[in-house]
Amino acid sequence: MNAAVPVDELQPEALIPASEAGPASKRIVVAYGFWIFLLSDIVMFAALFAAYAVLKGGTAGGPAGAQLFNQVTAAIETACLLVSSYTCGLMSLAIRSQRRPATYFFAAITFVLGVAFLALELREFASMIAEGATPRRSAFLSAFFALVGCHGLHVGVGLVWLVVMMAQVAFMGFRASVQRRLLCFSLFWHALDIIWVGLFTVVYLMGVSQ
Amino acid sequence: MNESEHDRAPGDAVSAAEAHAAQPPGVVVYTIGLLLAVILTATSFWVANTSLLWGPGVPLGLAVLAIAQMGVHLVFFLHITTGPDSTNNVLALAFGVLIVFLVIAGSLWIMANLNANMTMSPGLMDLRMQR
Amino acid sequence: MKLLGKLDWSAIPFDQPIVMGASGGMVLAIALILAWITVKGYWPYLWSEWLTSVDHKRIGIMYFILALIMLLRGFADAIMMRAQQAVAAGGAQGFLPPEHYDQIFSAHGAIMIFFVAMPLVIGLMNFVVPLQLGIRDVAFPTLNSVSLWLTASGILLTNISLVVGEYAKTGWVAYAPLSELEFSPGVGVDYYLWALQIAGVGTLMAGINFVATILKMRAPGMSLMRMPVFCWTALATNLLIVAAFPVLTATFAMLLLDRYLGFHFFTLAGEGNQMMYVNLFWIWGHPEVYILILPMFGVFSEVVATFSGKPLFGYRSMVAATMAICVLSFLVWLHHFFTMGAGADVNGFFGVMTMIIAVPTGVKIFNWLFTMYGGRVRFTVPVLWAVGFMVTFVIGGMTGVLMAVPPASFQLHNSLFLIAHFHNVIIGGVVFGAMAGYNYWFPKAFGFTLDARWGKASFWCWLVGFYLAFMPLYVLGLMGMTRRMQHYDNLGWQPWLVVAAIGALVIGAGIFCQVVQLVVSIRRREQYRDATGDPWNGRTLEWSTASPPPSWNFAFVPRVAGKDAFWARKKALPLRQDQPAPAREYKPIEMPRNSATGFVNAFFAVVIGFALIWHIWWMAGLGALGAFLTILVFAFREEGEFEIPAAQIAQFDRTHPVEIAL
Repeated sequence: MNAAVPVDELQPEALIPASEAGPASKRIVVAYGFWIFLLSDIVMFAALFAAYAVLKGGTAGGPAGAQLFNQVTAAIETACLLVSSYTCGLMSLAIRSQRRPATYFFAAITFVLGVAFLALELREFASMIAEGATPRRSAFLSAFFALVGCHGLHVGVGLVWLVVMMAQVAFMGFRASVQRRLLCFSLFWHALDIIWVGLFTVVYLMGVSQ
Repeated sequence: MNESEHDRAPGDAVSAAEAHAAQPPGVVVYTIGLLLAVILTATSFWVANTSLLWGPGVPLGLAVLAIAQMGVHLVFFLHITTGPDSTNNVLALAFGVLIVFLVIAGSLWIMANLNANMTMSPGLMDLRMQR
Repeated sequence: MKLLGKLDWSAIPFDQPIVMGASGGMVLAIALILAWITVKGYWPYLWSEWLTSVDHKRIGIMYFILALIMLLRGFADAIMMRAQQAVAAGGAQGFLPPEHYDQIFSAHGAIMIFFVAMPLVIGLMNFVVPLQLGIRDVAFPTLNSVSLWLTASGILLTNISLVVGEYAKTGWVAYAPLSELEFSPGVGVDYYLWALQIAGVGTLMAGINFVATILKMRAPGMSLMRMPVFCWTALATNLLIVAAFPVLTATFAMLLLDRYLGFHFFTLAGEGNQMMYVNLFWIWGHPEVYILILPMFGVFSEVVATFSGKPLFGYRSMVAATMAICVLSFLVWLHHFFTMGAGADVNGFFGVMTMIIAVPTGVKIFNWLFTMYGGRVRFTVPVLWAVGFMVTFVIGGMTGVLMAVPPASFQLHNSLFLIAHFHNVIIGGVVFGAMAGYNYWFPKAFGFTLDARWGKASFWCWLVGFYLAFMPLYVLGLMGMTRRMQHYDNLGWQPWLVVAAIGALVIGAGIFCQVVQLVVSIRRREQYRDATGDPWNGRTLEWSTASPPPSWNFAFVPRVAGKDAFWARKKALPLRQDQPAPAREYKPIEMPRNSATGFVNAFFAVVIGFALIWHIWWMAGLGALGAFLTILVFAFREEGEFEIPAAQIAQFDRTHPVEIAL
């Protein structure tokens, strides 16, 4: 039996298993590749988490989490990010059905909530620094600022990306390439919220309850 | 491209093959996810602050709630389910989770062990603190 | 704030003649090459066909070229180290002061791992994997180009450090607190960190690219268990890249935060924990060595099967062993620091796991041997490298298992025994594998085979040279000599080091033979022309294409029904000889457009890196802006693909008839 013949010489079979069906569609390939990237990003956060967990006892005579963290702020930040994840989901539905005004509307809300999250976080950092709890004070504070700061940096990048994507929708419409990128954006945004769940649990809640 | 069964982009609620089948409206799925996440978050905050629970059990409870909420996000927002369409995506996720676990748990175990064995004597510690 | 940060004329080491000589030579060589290209008018061709190419074959070749060039610099470092240690015995100080010697061994390690071994591996995977999978390119061709050029950025920054400034003096692992600002206040560690961060991003992107390609884009009919073994090892390697490199990124980021912003992750002050650096570094470091070796295992699987004329023995066990190594490589990292003071339970666990990971590799060795047994083995140059590998790698592996026993490691850690072990496995495994792959796939890439006589000469020089250079180091390690010594008092060590230096020269002869091999082969390329596309009677799909393949690889996407798809097709051929070849209708093919994104982005990466190293903040900002704009330009481009007309494809097939058309 010939093991390798041109594709057009064989009868198409129904229900070919995915692993033998040839290259997948671009949408699947792009989203899967981005999914792998997100997993690699989560591994990077894991390394930062590990450093935080190991170094959080190293307060060098300075303040610890219990003295510094404000649960109300953390709760509001969590609410902002969670609702923005929800509105991002609604934006995805609007994109799928190619409704432009709804897309812009939900993107705007997502953006505003993301900015609110960052503003609260920056305010928290500023007040900590003002009272001497800078990242240079101790290993614990270094690890805290790096871990939470890295997440905040990702949120910031996400917001820039969202603006660029809305510009792409405006100039290029809902063509396939734009839709693929918007799918990647929503994967990214939801993943950031997943990481935040870990962050607020380990850093804020566990840090305060001890 | 070829149509095949059992393959879906991560983040897509329905694969191309299922697109014509009946689905619950997307809004409902996201809304349920939001509500579950809110409940889990509120519970976490309560667990962290209450005196009703045995102290040493609090971190475990928080961890369980966090993992549950991550699951809610994955299922309701990212549509990573256990169906056959999602197998590749779940396998990738499982690999990622394994690595995360090894990095964090491995580091914690090793560093705790090292810190315990390599604690400095007070004289040496003073020397270090002088820097 | 000064306009150029910390940069001024004192950065150029005018007072160090050896460094100035090396810098001068390097700058002169680069200038001559650039001048030659300009005079000959090659820039338009180079730009449109290579620098902006997104073709996996071209990108793979460029990776390989980068690696071979950096091999020369890494090898020069090695010769200097061997020469220094051969003479600096008793009271003699040799010709390299400690400040310089420390930079040499640090650069040698960083260059060989990151800028020789990694590009060799990624280059081979780039060229071969899509061809073996029966597809036309990787999942993300432009990203592929970005990855290549970011690696080149890291290389350029490392080479700039020779001329402007200094390199790290910390060893290639850069442990804290030595690598912290307090003990390394110069720019050396910053060069190391930024070059590797930038290149690391490129490598991570390549890992993502290949995982997506292998898992989501194979020819119709090619299920995972029908994939060539080289693609399985490529899959395992890229999964490891995706899992491990982010840890290195995070670790270097923490060290950079310490150095630039006064954080206290690993400093002595502020209750930083230096042991955490070592822990995190090796969480990346151990999977890294498997990233280097697994594709070479794949190369040997292909080479041994092809030249034995038999299918690879034990396909399933090879796949299982490969994936087992992939997972296990994340469970052994502590064996790099048994001596750091963990307790018996921790040391014991990782010692046992390290011994276990040797088992799947043993399975592979047996499979290769059983493949050769009963076959008609042709002792071509790739097979010589394969047999040399089998003997050499097994020895190196055994010394590794020896050191996996913690009490043994207590004696041998950081001695020359360790150095001998890892060179044993890296040279015997990675370098020999790269040479085998190079000789094996060269005709596919360039259309003519390499000269076999000079190939055999280079093999024997490398083999003899390796044993001369490194077996004495095992002895020295057992005699108690520590690594990284600029001079030593024990005259009893010197004879062994002299032998090692001679060995290094013999390896140099091997490298020389390879250069001659290339020159001779190019001169005699018509004589060595591969007209059929299948010079070795191969088994896998890449041999069904012309040599070199057209940019679209396959005019018709092959449909696969079993392992060794091409071999099965060849075996079936006699049955079809009475039937005329079916008339096939060529269809136009969509291919990705070339893009300057990768090259331009990498330029800005060099600007950012250099600026950050020298604290020129405004330049770093401009570089970041430039990189961002480059990405925007790519994001808003109208057309990502172009169509190759059917007539062009038909014309190519007519003028490049292959032996067996798919």
